[in-house]
Amino acid sequence: MVDVREIKTVEHDVLIIGAGGAGLRAAIECSNAGLDTAVLTKSLLGKAHTVMAEGGMAAAMGNVDPRDNWKVHFRDTMRGGKFLNQWRMAELHAKQAPDRVRELEEWGAVFDRTPDGLINQRNFGGHRFPRLAHVGDRTGLELIRTLQDHAVHKGRLQVYMECKALRLLKDGDRMAGCVAVWRETGRFLIVRAKAVIMATGGGGRAWRVTSNSWEYSGDGLTMAYDAGAELMDVEFTQFHPTGMVWPPSVRGTLVTEGVRGEGGILKNNKGERFMFRYIPERFAPETADTEEEAARWLAGDKNARRPPELLTRDVVARAIKAEVEAGRGSPHGGAFLDIASQRTAEDIKRKLPSMYHQFKELAELDITKEPMEVGPTLHYFMGGIRVDPDTQASTTVPGLFACGEAAAGLHGANRLGGNSLSDLIVFGRLAGLGAADYIKGVSELPALDEDQVRDAIRWATSFLNRESGENPYVIHEDLQELMQTKVGIIRNATELSQALEGIAELRKRAENAKAHAASQYNPGWHEAMDLHSLLTTAEAVARAALTREESRGAHTREDFEGEREEWGKVNIVLRKLDDGSMEVRKLERDEPPEELAKIAFATIEDLEAGRV
Amino acid sequence: MSKRTFRVWRGDAEGGRFVEYNVEVGPGMVILDALHRIQAEQSPDLAVRWNCKAGKCGSCSMEVNGKPRLSCMTRISDYEPEQIITVQPLKTFPIIRDLVTDVSWNFEQNKRIPPFRPKAPGPDGKLRMWQEDVDRIQEFRKCIECFLCQDVCHVLRDHEKKQNFVGPRFIMRIASLEMHPLDTVDRIPQTLREFGSGWCNITRCCTEVCPEHINITDNAIIPTKERVVDRFYDPVAMLTRKIRGEDPARAREEGKVP
Ligand SMILES: Cc1cc2nc3c(=O)[nH]c(=O)nc-3n(C[C@H](O)[C@H](O)[C@H](O)COP(=O)(O)OP(=O)(O)OC[C@H]3O[C@@H](n4cnc5c(N)ncnc54)[C@H](O)[C@@H]3O)c2cc1C
Ligand code: SF4
Ligand code: SF4
Ligand code: FES
Repeated sequence: MVDVREIKTVEHDVLIIGAGGAGLRAAIECSNAGLDTAVLTKSLLGKAHTVMAEGGMAAAMGNVDPRDNWKVHFRDTMRGGKFLNQWRMAELHAKQAPDRVRELEEWGAVFDRTPDGLINQRNFGGHRFPRLAHVGDRTGLELIRTLQDHAVHKGRLQVYMECKALRLLKDGDRMAGCVAVWRETGRFLIVRAKAVIMATGGGGRAWRVTSNSWEYSGDGLTMAYDAGAELMDVEFTQFHPTGMVWPPSVRGTLVTEGVRGEGGILKNNKGERFMFRYIPERFAPETADTEEEAARWLAGDKNARRPPELLTRDVVARAIKAEVEAGRGSPHGGAFLDIASQRTAEDIKRKLPSMYHQFKELAELDITKEPMEVGPTLHYFMGGIRVDPDTQASTTVPGLFACGEAAAGLHGANRLGGNSLSDLIVFGRLAGLGAADYIKGVSELPALDEDQVRDAIRWATSFLNRESGENPYVIHEDLQELMQTKVGIIRNATELSQALEGIAELRKRAENAKAHAASQYNPGWHEAMDLHSLLTTAEAVARAALTREESRGAHTREDFEGEREEWGKVNIVLRKLDDGSMEVRKLERDEPPEELAKIAFATIEDLEAGRV
Repeated sequence: MSKRTFRVWRGDAEGGRFVEYNVEVGPGMVILDALHRIQAEQSPDLAVRWNCKAGKCGSCSMEVNGKPRLSCMTRISDYEPEQIITVQPLKTFPIIRDLVTDVSWNFEQNKRIPPFRPKAPGPDGKLRMWQEDVDRIQEFRKCIECFLCQDVCHVLRDHEKKQNFVGPRFIMRIASLEMHPLDTVDRIPQTLREFGSGWCNITRCCTEVCPEHINITDNAIIPTKERVVDRFYDPVAMLTRKIRGEDPARAREEGKVP
């Protein structure tokens, strides 16, 4: 029997789970509000996923093209999301992102500059104007380091590094904190708090080919779901079109969209620039239809339309897959991405230094001379915890908030590149404000229910204590294979049902996984515990994907081709029922405010001429 | 596919030993891949720290055949086919388990450095900086905090001296703040007295191991020492100044050269 009083317990006003861009930005806001703030992270400070982001952060500052403004950014985001985004979130994001980026500069960030000394902005897929504030191709590093260096000087802000949250604690219906475990010692920790902000990112590790790190096991989604929160839009998993495909050990590692933003073109093994054949009707009026026009655009002609390589990610990923399947792929089953013929070696090294480095070191390939081989890789979760747009509060659990990749709503059916980093700082701040406001109404620390603690610890230690059991790494690999083959870019009902059966089987195996007995820094043990999150997240994606009988954005059903009007009116919401099963519900979307609808559906000419 | 032998240090703060593993290696595999294969097939509890597997996060630092390296960016094929590859934890920091060390000391040093405080914006309400003025600090800001430079610096390896010197990573962090065109804080007296810039005797070992190829010593440490020398005495910096002449960027800032 676990004696709860012997477990170290700490008390804070607010607990933030996750120290990526979203978590750190939320922490800064909480500290500014005078709250005693705790931040938990599975890895070391500054190493979260955010550090890997390359291309940039979208904000309509208009430093490069003065025609840009929040309305155009908002329209791009809605169109990119196939109109399934939460209108209010897309509005808040487009309006607030510029201030949040400038604020980073006041905190010491050093972005690349325009000739007149302002923050430079680059082109990216789906963005009408050059909009991404960036630092070469290491924008995420600049973001996280700036927030980290700013946060460590804040008062009453404590970071718990390499400390993994296992389960949320509740006092009745509302949040009361969490049970966590230190990776280093294997000891448990109870964090009591009045509010919890979930900033844990996504769940890409359920797939085999992914740009995500081991941290992305869907813990946040699962903990929130298990505690009664709703998940939304999880069928929309973004496959980034350009991951590395060779050598095998780096398959999935990201090649930034910045390569295409800087002029990189896609070719098949016949040397054809195939993207011209895949331009969707909705984007045809705004996309170049000849190589000549695309070249003029690259040279800076403002009247030329954008090259088709910069179409939204879902379109490009499907096009590459189709080319490969038609036998026109590269030797290792991808497409050729060529920047060498478009830019000088010097430009490439200056604008894309880490890509140059990455290919040189990992693939022995010089991108200033040869084309890269690229193919789709699982990259991002558009879906996540369902929240109120203004406060980021969970729709069902009082005291629970979510922001960043862990939350749903901003991106709809497909995220535009660069809209995540800006999402983190806009909604990280709003979550901090939301939590601070909520806490004003909570006078005392919610009660601690020892049974919940004991239950979590009993579960966690069962993997260490059992005599024998299966190797958790093998179960994880089997799940990755299953998701890769049955819940991929192109889906159908048969395979999705098989996936669900497979997940149920894997769940049984996961319950009996066995980790080596040592609890100190034991990755096998953490792998065993992560399986619950991975499987719950995988099940959520498969169930939602099976329910949505249409193809929209990142979700493609070969048995239900094309967008269907009726499905444009609903988001899919999941919730855990009392019997432990997963409820799938279609949630009718609200009518958009008239103002916003006008902007989103306006022609670009009308919008630019100020007629909207 | 072929088999290779890895000698991996296993143990904890109390002590440990090298354990040999035979691993199938395929094309393009890096050291971290081999360690993952050991975890998956032979020793699930082998402790390794990693995140991005693309040289971007600086988590997977260790010593490979005695050299500080990022294990995710070190290709196995770089070593002669018959050579046994020895993998061990960073030496400068206390061991937690196997290949994982306690690097928290570094985070404490960072906290000691007074933060950035910007100038007021220009009359149009905007902050302006020019690319040529930020090129230099952007080089420093490429740092992924892998702490390989800290590991190799002999001042820090000598554990007694850790309390005197913050190490190359953080002298460089000070440099990136001091050379920031918008910053208003003066950290130079502290750099000498508290952060121990005088302990560095410019061996350049840190620069050699930096996976980001940052020229830590010449571009960050020496110019910082120069600034210290402008106000205080530092024998090593005095000497290099005689050899190298003035720091050109510094001279430009002060309007000595156009
Ligand atoms: C290679 C790559 C390149 C990208 N490039 C871009 C780009 O150019 N532009 C863009 O906008 N977006 C980009 N993205 C997407 C973007 O980086 C991420 O969506 C974003 O950084 C997520 O930030 P976050 O704060 O939500 O979560 P993260 O930064 O992932 O942080 C999650 C945090 O939660 C912690 N955590 C998770 N589970 C637990 C637990 N159980 N207990 C305790 N802590 C936990 C983790 O340790 C971590 O600290 C890219 C992504 C990748 C992978
Ligand atoms: S140059 Fe200075 S900081 Fe770098 S390793 Fe040598 S003594 Fe240490
Ligand atoms: S300066 Fe280089 S070696 Fe030192 S921590 Fe930074 S990236 Fe690593
Ligand atoms: S795992 Fe990130 S640098 Fe090696």
